[in-house]
Amino acid sequence: MFDYQGYGWVFFDGLQITLAVGLASLPVALVLGLVGAWGKLSKNVVLRNLAGAYTTVVRGVPELVLITLVYYGFTIILQDLASSITGEREQIDLNPFVTGTIALGSIYGAFATEVFRGAFLAVDRGQIEAARAYGMGSVLAFRRVILPQMWRFALPGLGNLWLVLLKATALVSVIQLPELMRMTSIGVGATREPFTFYFTASLIYLGITAASLLVIRSAEKQASRGVARRL
Amino acid sequence: MDWLWQGIGEQATAACLVVQGGLLDIFGDGGSIVPAFCRLMGGAWLTMKLTIVSLLIGFGLAVPIALARLSQNPFINWPFLAYTFYFRGTPLLVQLFLIYYGSGQFRPELQEIGLWRGGFRDAYFCALFTLTLNTAAYTAEILRGGMLGVPSGEVEAARAYGMSGTMLYRRIIFPKAMRIALPAYSNEVVFLFQSTSLVSLVTLLDLMGVATDVIADTFRHFETLIFAGFVYLLLSGMIFAVFKRVERRLMRHLRRSGDEDVKKAPLPRGVPGSTRA
Repeated sequence: MFDYQGYGWVFFDGLQITLAVGLASLPVALVLGLVGAWGKLSKNVVLRNLAGAYTTVVRGVPELVLITLVYYGFTIILQDLASSITGEREQIDLNPFVTGTIALGSIYGAFATEVFRGAFLAVDRGQIEAARAYGMGSVLAFRRVILPQMWRFALPGLGNLWLVLLKATALVSVIQLPELMRMTSIGVGATREPFTFYFTASLIYLGITAASLLVIRSAEKQASRGVARRL
Repeated sequence: MDWLWQGIGEQATAACLVVQGGLLDIFGDGGSIVPAFCRLMGGAWLTMKLTIVSLLIGFGLAVPIALARLSQNPFINWPFLAYTFYFRGTPLLVQLFLIYYGSGQFRPELQEIGLWRGGFRDAYFCALFTLTLNTAAYTAEILRGGMLGVPSGEVEAARAYGMSGTMLYRRIIFPKAMRIALPAYSNEVVFLFQSTSLVSLVTLLDLMGVATDVIADTFRHFETLIFAGFVYLLLSGMIFAVFKRVERRLMRHLRRSGDEDVKKAPLPRGVPGSTRA
């Protein structure tokens, strides 16, 4: 049943791009998440509303719509910009890897915002007050006292985020990025064995999920090693 | 059931014909017989239908699966553990393609047992089948978590009162588990609602599918996608609002009378460390 008729390589090629786009968009999401959480917790009304609008919109609209929107939207904006600069009609083809990374990163940045916000609120107020009492400025206190403790509260949420992000990379296939899903479809087109190919692809995704779960478990253990266990 | 859907669908179409009058000059592409706005609303209708039907069937499946997952017997537990792990650990898109395109590989066998025509050949059937299996897996895990969260003291008290088996589940465990699971379940409902947009990739004309069609006709990428996104946003917001109300109703025994600030500004749930749960 699992005869790939010489097209087994599609999985290998696709897996590399899937992992690359997933790992590339994770830092984008984390940075956006930290900025977003900072905005949501700030005293400035404009910043707070801006961050609120960002998370509401991204969480209320399907990923597929957002990815398509970012892909076409960016292309059109850049084309108009280039056309207005040169005065001629310019044709720009965006790199699907970059667009996919930006799209996924900005979508999951909204989820990371919520994770970081919750983690920040979970850090004991007294810790911040103590840091201030030692004469640390807000940036230094954040870096030395809040961030290391936030990290522990944020890890379960971030682990979850990575698992969802990983599965969402399959959607980037709609903007022609040759990741696992798209490469599998190429294999299907060549061999006419859709079940064999899509089932194998699903097992590969399952494998990455399982491996990620193991890593997340040990990271959580590592992060909470300094915390006294309750009986 | 079909006559009911159709009836509501016709009403909705009539209503949207009225609404579109002035609102959507942008979308009134002269050449098309049915203006884009109406087509998009028709798509939104299919999206809602897919969401509601798969949620109802999925919930029905999730209850026995959650119970099986709580069983001590590995022969009952493990198959469902494998099922939930598979459907939660792989992208919905793969599941959808596996069922829609993958079933073609077994066409002769499926034809023999009569599941091809009106079954796996039909994109709507495949989409509904996939979405149902997917949400059943997620819901089962949510319900299982809810049932595990029922305080053991309440179960012991019920047993002391002589309740057992079905009555214990019906009166004590299910109602409590539902309350615990509700916030997670409302998230799942919104996620499933948004995930239905994937069915546009297997030729179905849901909101996203129609939007893709309209784009092909009019080349208005921006307007159409933003409009579709806005409709999704609005409907997601409505689902959230409904669940908020249900939650407040179910949790009313925990609210002190005259506790106005709880109603006005509930703390975000799931924030670790917040004292008010």
